[in-house]
This record gives sequence, structure tokens and C-alpha cells, in this order.
Amino acid sequence: MEKKAKKFIKEIPAPGTEVTGSEALILALMEEGTDTMFGYPGGAIMPVYDALFDYRDRLHHVLVRHEQGAAHAAESYAKILGKTGVVMVTSGPGATNLITGLANAMVDSVPMVAFSGQVPSGLLGTDAFQETDVMGITMPVTKWNYQITKAEEIPEIVAQAFYIASTGRPGPVMIDITKDAQFGKLKWHYERCTKIRSYFPYPKVNKEKVEEAAHLINKSKKPLLIAGQGVLISNATDELMELVTRADIPVTTTLLGISSFPGDHPLNVGMPGMHGNMAPNIKTNECDLLIAVGMRFDDRITGKLDEYAPQAKIIHIEIDQAEIDKNVKTDVAIVADAKEALQGLLTMVKENDHKEWVESFAKEFEHEYDHVIKPAREAKGDDIKMDEVVHMISEKTKGEAVVVTDVGQHQMVVARNYRFRKARSFVTSGGLGTMGFGLPAGVGAKVASPDRTVIAFTGDGGFQMTIQELGTIAQHKLPLKMVLLNNSFLGMVRQWQDMFFDKRYSFTELANPEFTKVAEGYGIPGQRVDKREDLEKAVDALLASEGPYLLEVKVMKEQNVYPMVPAGASVSNMVTQ
Amino acid sequence: MEKVEEFTIKVYSENHIGLLNRLTILFTRRKVNIESLTTSEYHIPGVHSFTIVINTTESMVRKITQQAEKLVDVLKAFYYRTDDIHYQEIALYKVPTEALTATNEIEKLVRRYNARILEVTPEYTVIEKTGHKEETQELLDKLQPFGLLEFVRSGRVAITKPMKELATHLREKEDATHFVQNGN
Repeated sequence: MEKKAKKFIKEIPAPGTEVTGSEALILALMEEGTDTMFGYPGGAIMPVYDALFDYRDRLHHVLVRHEQGAAHAAESYAKILGKTGVVMVTSGPGATNLITGLANAMVDSVPMVAFSGQVPSGLLGTDAFQETDVMGITMPVTKWNYQITKAEEIPEIVAQAFYIASTGRPGPVMIDITKDAQFGKLKWHYERCTKIRSYFPYPKVNKEKVEEAAHLINKSKKPLLIAGQGVLISNATDELMELVTRADIPVTTTLLGISSFPGDHPLNVGMPGMHGNMAPNIKTNECDLLIAVGMRFDDRITGKLDEYAPQAKIIHIEIDQAEIDKNVKTDVAIVADAKEALQGLLTMVKENDHKEWVESFAKEFEHEYDHVIKPAREAKGDDIKMDEVVHMISEKTKGEAVVVTDVGQHQMVVARNYRFRKARSFVTSGGLGTMGFGLPAGVGAKVASPDRTVIAFTGDGGFQMTIQELGTIAQHKLPLKMVLLNNSFLGMVRQWQDMFFDKRYSFTELANPEFTKVAEGYGIPGQRVDKREDLEKAVDALLASEGPYLLEVKVMKEQNVYPMVPAGASVSNMVTQ
Repeated sequence: MEKVEEFTIKVYSENHIGLLNRLTILFTRRKVNIESLTTSEYHIPGVHSFTIVINTTESMVRKITQQAEKLVDVLKAFYYRTDDIHYQEIALYKVPTEALTATNEIEKLVRRYNARILEVTPEYTVIEKTGHKEETQELLDKLQPFGLLEFVRSGRVAITKPMKELATHLREKEDATHFVQNGN
């Protein structure tokens, strides 16, 4: 309680004190446990920023360079800490610039509350300056949204916003606040929300379904478990570990579920899906039981649906009823929080031994290692391959860093090569595949974990989509370690052009700036490497740097990511070249 | 290929601004046309009901209904085949009063179709008929030759055959829910 002694700029008013809507909003954020927010001021949100000025010593504001960056940073922050990210922007373009970030958070189930200023309520619908229909425009990309037009609504609506964003299947909530509501007065009082009549966030575990599932697990000879982000969201990593070690079940982790199970555990068989590992893909079509926990059978995981695990019984543990049977028909569905469902299973699942089955994964892995992984990590030619960079950093950081990626080839290479050892350590854009995510997500990750090494991998395409966040990094002196894997191409699109469009490289080659000079302009040191013999020293310099640092590695221009399940193909048909 | 059928979706929700928009997004996203939509206050205070008619496959209507129920402001959503509901639509027809008085043909139609005359003014007469779409359509076809001035048909209203009440559904759903995360 050393904080007691500290003198704050302004004391929090006692309940019943008259405050403005703006001050109430700031106080409400603090009541919800928010100590950090990401934002960008502007005309229609100025009263709130003015109120924030009095509380800036306990509500840390990260000034980004573009509102999209605020959303991605808040999302990354939320994913790492497991708490709700907060975003503050102005009306009109401030709000429309958020849309990509909201859509990304929506599809990746990230708890986030975004606030936008709005023109005074009397001007709504009149095409006033910087007015936009924020409610209409954000509806498809938010879990809930609400427009506040009266100051006295603020406490209750903010409480509901945090409750909705963070419970059940989390998601982004957008709150639009008219300027007159920000200026208006109310008697300060706050109560956190614990229930909404029409909202049923955590379905209780159905015991019969758990019994059925446990029975299937106990009699299965060849079980395979897919762990998704739901395991992380519900803090069920211990329960997952207990279940799979007790029943001897191989675990494959989805892109967003990657750090939910240690990368170096003997039962971890890698990532499934389009650029996943061979073993989990091939074995999906050989297992007799597929246990999906907190995941949604995305098409990048299933490939051709008709040929996805047709031989297997399928158990789907998922909190969102609307995901059940949406893509893959299940035999037993447990609609519940992953932790509670796994706890239920643990009371009934027996010890088991699937030695031969587990070992069969190793055979597939060896094949992949010999034909894909090793040749990429120990590349021989002049060109550096992305895999060797990521592998080297994984080894040197002992798999303990927080890792952020952008979207594209490098993202898959990182997912495949970084061996995570800690939960909530990997932040990437999954469902939306948002290029430009990496750098601002790096900002959020570093703000969330000041005491851990945070590495943001990006490609040269994505880096330039949100390159202005270098300004945020510089201004806030964030010791973010940036690794730019530069192949002078929009690599993933080029790979598809190579494989499926007769190598017609239609507008995928990039003429790039000297990135280290751009960084230098922001006062951020760095270096560029294009020779293998210089790589290790450069990585050491990156890891040893005290402040922000940009390591640009010129990598092979036309490296393809393998293995791959071509779009629309069965997961059994992975190609390795 | 799965069979395309007529389904009636019933959604019960809070009466919040914008909810209709959130609901219709579910249909437009999947490119499903809404054939008719009726919304009104329900007999439980503060609850609103939507009756939505679509033509689609059962797997599609199931997914849309689940996604509707997932909306924060929605209490419950159900879908029904036409056999599982009693339903009506109301139609109003405006004809010149002259046509009504010239012969007794219109009066005969009103009797035969169980319609009723709502209003007679020197200029026009309003006829009202409730029934299924085929019935109101048939009367429309019959009235056309008399110089029909205006016609309007409502969306469907439907009462379901199953006896379980919404309140019971809600109580069960509430009993089967934790409102804060358990076990953390």
C-alpha cells in the first residue's frame, strides 16, 4: 500500500459529488481497474481529454499516431494481461479509423472497450462537422455498442460495456458519447455490472455432456486435442495440462492458442492448418477422437470440410453456442467456459497410455523436420531464410519472450519456429489477417509487459502499413525489439501467385526505403543485416539493446512457406514444396 | 442440396435502439432475404418481439437463429416451420366508393372472403382482410378490376403451437448460466 503516501494531482471525488460527464467517464475507467489506455484526441472528445489531464498520473495514456494503432495496441495489451483494453478517439475519422481494429478484435474475441466522441446530440443526423454514424458503422464489428447522449447515463453504460466486453466470449464494445453528454453534469456514483437480463455469458456445464465426453475420451485409442485461444481466455492452461498428461493425448495448438501449451512439451505436436505442422494435420484424419477446446474450426484449420476428420468422433468445448455445428458437425458439444468444462472432465477422465499413437506423430514430425524445418533453419545458400532468424531468436530468448507478429509469411514462420514456454506470450492477428497489426501490437505488448523481452516480427509490407507507430515507440521510449524480415515482396501473396497463378507477380514487389534510416529519424537505433555471418551478432545487439531497436534482416526474396494445405484441399494433402 | 423451406423466426429482445439493425445484419451477411418482418411490444414489460419470415435451408435458419440469440440485447430466439405456428397477416384495400355502389360485386367479395368494410367516405372505401398471404392476395386479384386505389399488407404475426412460455424458457436459461466467471 505504498500508493497511499503518494500525492495525486487530483483526489477522486466522493460519491454524490457533482462531476461532469467527462470526469465521470475517467473515474468509471479507474473503477473498472483501467490504468492504461490508448488513444488520439480530437474535437469531439476534447472534454474527456481535459478531464483525463487531472488523472494522468494514475491513468496512463499512450498517444498513438493513428487510431487503428490504438485499437491494435489495446488488443495486444488485453491479450497479454487478460484484462480489457481501452481505446479513446474522437468522432468522424477518429472513429472510422478504428474499424479495422474493432473487426480484428471481434473475430479474435478480444475484450476491448472503445470510446469515441460524437457531435452534440442536437446535431446528430445533420452531417455536422466530423459526424459519422458510429453506431451503424461499428455494429457488424462489435459485440455491443451504445450511444450516450446524457451525462447521467455514463456510469451505468460504462459498467455494462466492461461487463459485456470481458465476459463470456469476449469482444470489442464501442461507446459513442456526444459532446453535450461530456459537458453535462451528474452526481458521481459507480456500481460495477454483474448481470444483464438479456445476456447469458457463461452457460453452466451440462453434466451429461461431460459424462458422454469423458466416456469417449476414456475409450479412445487415438485421441487428438486441439487447443484454441479459449484455453488462454479462461485461464485453463493447468487443466489442459492435467487432462492431456493424465490421458496421454497429443495436443495441437491453433494459431491463437499457441502459447496455451508449452512448445517443448513431448505431447505438443505443433500447429494444425494451412501452414501448420504435418503431424497434426495428417493425424486429424487418422484419429478416432478429436477434442476441440475453445476454438471455432476456422477454414484455415479445417481445409476441405467434407474431408476433415470424417472418421473421428468430435467433442467441441466452446462457450459460444453459435459456434456449435457452424462449420464442423460435432458428436458431443459442451457449451461452457473451457476451464469449467475441463474441470468437469478431470473428475471423470482416467489415466491412459497411447504410446504408439503418440509416437506416430514423431514419425511425421521427423519427415517434416528433415524435409522442411531443418533445410530452412540451416539454410546453405547466400540468402538468409526467415526460419533461421526466428529459430535463432527463439533459442537465444529460451522461448520466454513476448512475441508479436504482423500478418503474412513471417507470421507463419514465427508460429512454426518460436518455441513458447509461457502462456499469453504470443500476439498475432488471426481471423482477420490484418496487415499492419504488428507494430502497434508491439506497442501494446511492451506497455503490458515492461519487465519482459518483447519482440515484434514484421514483414516489409505490414511494417509500412502502420510505420507511423515508430513515433509512439519513440515518444514513450518503449524498449520494443523490432525484427523486420524484409524480402521486398508481399511474400504470402507472391507465394500464392507462384503456386496458383503461374508465377504472375501482379503488384507484389515493393520498392522499400532504408528502414533503419526511417527509424533513425525517430531516434531509434538499429541495423540491417544481409549476410548470414553477421546475423548472430546483430541478434545479440538487438537482444542487448536497452531502448527500442530495429533489426532489419534482408531475407531470401522468393522463399515459400511450407508445408502447406492448399486452399480447399483436405488436411491430409500437405505439400512440402 | 438441402431443401429450401419457409421458416418463421421469433426473436424476443430488450427494446433498444439499433437492435433491428443488428438483427438484419445477420441476414444480409448471409445473403438471406427477409420476406416479412413484424415487430411490437410483447406482453412482458420491456420485452419486444420480432417475427421474421425467410425462405432458406434448415441449417441456415439454425445458424442465423443462434447468432440472433447470441446478441447481447436478445433474450431468446426460435425458428419454426409453418406447421408449428398459427399465423395471420392483415391487408387493407382502398377502392373508389363509386365502384362499391355501382354494383353489388364488391359487397359479395367482402362477404365471400370474410373481409370487412372499415371506412366509407364519399370518395373511397377501405376494406380490411386478415388471413394468409394467399388469401389476401386472392382478394387483391379480385378487387383489381374495380379500380383499386391502394393496397397494403402487413408482415406476419404468429403464435406458436408449443405450450412452453417464454418466461419458462428464460428462467431455464438463467438457471443454466453463471453471470460471472466461475472457477477463476
